[in-house]
Amino acid sequence: MIPSHLKKLSDAPVESICLHGGRIIDPANKRDEVGDLYLHNGKIADPNQLPQGVNWRTIDVRGQFVTPGLIDLHVHLREPGQSAKETIATGTRAAAVGGFTTIVAMPNTTPHADSASTIAWILQRAEETALINVYPTGCISQKMAGELLAPIGSLVKAGVIAITDDGNCVQNNELMRRALEYTKMFDVPIFDHCQDYNLSAGGVINEGYWSTVLGLPGWPAIAEEVIVSRNAMLSELTGAVIHCQHLSSAGSVRIVREARQRGIKISGEVMPHHIALTDGDTEGYNTNFKMNPPLRTKRDQEALLEGLSDGTIEILASDHAPHCEYEKEVEFNYAPFGILGLETELAIFIKTLIEPQVLDWSDMLAKLTINPARLLHLDKGTLTPGKDADVTVINPSLEWTVDKNQFQSLSRNTPFHGWELRGRATHTIVGGRIVYQS
Amino acid sequence: MSTVWKHKDLLAIRPLDPAEIGLIHDTARAFKEVLSRSIKKVPSLRGKTVINLFVEPSTRTRTSFELAAKRLSADVVSIASESSSFKKGETLKDTGLNLQAMNSDIIILRHPAAGAPQFLAERLHAGVINAGDGAHEHPTQALLDTFTILEKFGKHDAPADQKLAGLKIAIVGDIQFSRVARSNIWAMGKLGAEVTLVGPTTLLPQEFRRLGVKISHRIDDVLAEANVIMLLRIQHERQKQQLFPSLGEYISLFGLTHERFKRCRPDVMIMHPGPINRGVEIASELADGLNSVILQQVTNGLAIRMAVLYLLTGGSGPQGVKA
Repeated sequence: MIPSHLKKLSDAPVESICLHGGRIIDPANKRDEVGDLYLHNGKIADPNQLPQGVNWRTIDVRGQFVTPGLIDLHVHLREPGQSAKETIATGTRAAAVGGFTTIVAMPNTTPHADSASTIAWILQRAEETALINVYPTGCISQKMAGELLAPIGSLVKAGVIAITDDGNCVQNNELMRRALEYTKMFDVPIFDHCQDYNLSAGGVINEGYWSTVLGLPGWPAIAEEVIVSRNAMLSELTGAVIHCQHLSSAGSVRIVREARQRGIKISGEVMPHHIALTDGDTEGYNTNFKMNPPLRTKRDQEALLEGLSDGTIEILASDHAPHCEYEKEVEFNYAPFGILGLETELAIFIKTLIEPQVLDWSDMLAKLTINPARLLHLDKGTLTPGKDADVTVINPSLEWTVDKNQFQSLSRNTPFHGWELRGRATHTIVGGRIVYQS
Repeated sequence: MSTVWKHKDLLAIRPLDPAEIGLIHDTARAFKEVLSRSIKKVPSLRGKTVINLFVEPSTRTRTSFELAAKRLSADVVSIASESSSFKKGETLKDTGLNLQAMNSDIIILRHPAAGAPQFLAERLHAGVINAGDGAHEHPTQALLDTFTILEKFGKHDAPADQKLAGLKIAIVGDIQFSRVARSNIWAMGKLGAEVTLVGPTTLLPQEFRRLGVKISHRIDDVLAEANVIMLLRIQHERQKQQLFPSLGEYISLFGLTHERFKRCRPDVMIMHPGPINRGVEIASELADGLNSVILQQVTNGLAIRMAVLYLLTGGSGPQGVKA
């Protein structure tokens, strides 16, 4: 439950907490052992130098995992301007229930997050209504139109931690080159939604057997791969960091792998749905299986898993994309792309990565904690003493059934309703404040 | 022993089994007999309400369904997209619920988006008939096409899945965007025919092989053996999508010209779902020639649609029609 009096993070008291007897998994420090973790003054406490005279609140977490607070660097909070779908308040509640202590908000709001004043508004709104840490991103191009550079320096000064046109893809290679060059001055990464609009024109599902059978316009993998290739080349040219969002195809994994082997500063991320579902799941024209990029084939799925396993892909995220039920309840072609992620993400990753032994817990948690923190230059994602007391406690064996009607999110667009899953966050602690406990 | 129709809707051929296709064909055969009488009307659907909801332009299919419903004595209303509240932004769901609230029994939907009839069927207790959805399916077209082929080539004593066994059928043209092709691929395959798709590589992707058919990009390799050649309309707008350079080039590579017709079997059946582009996919005189069954397809379409309306409203099959 989220305590009912919590309207914002600062409503929860900073507590002195002893998480007793859990398995502490801290990938950044290669730590994996049973023990006690102490949180004090909003920071991780050094067990060898515990302050005296503190009245510790001891929480018995034996049998559970104690991990750095989970980070999701790809979330659509929809505020400002689309608050019928989600708000910073509801989206951060969904994140808290999902075990996330930090999320990164995408800029395709109304208005777009392409000015310092909009960033200031988001940060103030987060201060007033968010239950966890929210970091905004700013646009690459003005109004995400892909034509003119957004005021990236001002956006960084206002507080964004990454630059992206997510939802859109800059088609003009010259503009993308200049964006990468210019952004190098500010020490923030560029995230790119990789989609060539000519190659994917009109596409709503993966181009292949199922688009052929269902008669739905195909969105071919090549439309993603062309842009991933371009990004690798522009990153090599400029030396700038480029992060390719929601990789979905085998070819993209191969391109990123080869580029990284050559020392190019390119990274990628994988979403739960792309490894839990395939294009065949679209057979019933259910729009909760429509997202961008689309679900692909078993072969693509295997390549994504291999990329996660061999370290080509260092980051896991959700692309949490709320839409109102009435918006989704239309013909497949006309429905908006996107599905919810935050409240099912962890358990879907357990099902797709831990249970089939693609990754061990430490490797998986690294992709949800320290790796995104490093990409974003955030001083988070570890349990090192002195760092922020952002901690998630996970019961790895808790069995539960997804019920979309129980979601904290304002929206209900999940393909996982009714799924029986294993593993769930039981405590979400942000800066020593307990914002969620089951 | 006899097959019974047990579906609320007719959305696609793919999920049907051969016996169900056979039931529709047998029922249509009985109605075709009715249509040859001087009084072409039966009371089977008296008191039932049928709505023709056409969100995409159509002359042939809409008229055919409308006449079929009238021949069965149903009350029928036809709505075209220009005059519908889609123009005012009403959703398909709401339009469907409103039509159902007027106690409609059957809604016949033509729609540009694949899956739209299924979407509607899942939300209504009224029956839904797919009259063509995007590039997905056009089931009554495939039923009337196979009915027409069966009239000439059918093995009437064979099991349901062998009625067209051994028959070689070529479907030529814009396969990628064709719902007629998809429905026919399933229907002809379920009845045992050997189907070869023919068209330019850009309009006939390799994935079609996985639907259990052969594919060819050289019409001249296929013509001599084919018992049936079905030509599909070539849409001019495909040129803008860079899918082929010009109609002239299309005709030279894939058009059924007089030259090519000479190499066909003398008894070859030439089909086209219409509307035809004379001089493009087919030489004009061939469309009117002795081998063409293009107008028989239209006549049979009426009987097929009567059969479908009849079965979906609880009709018991061909025996019921005679009685």
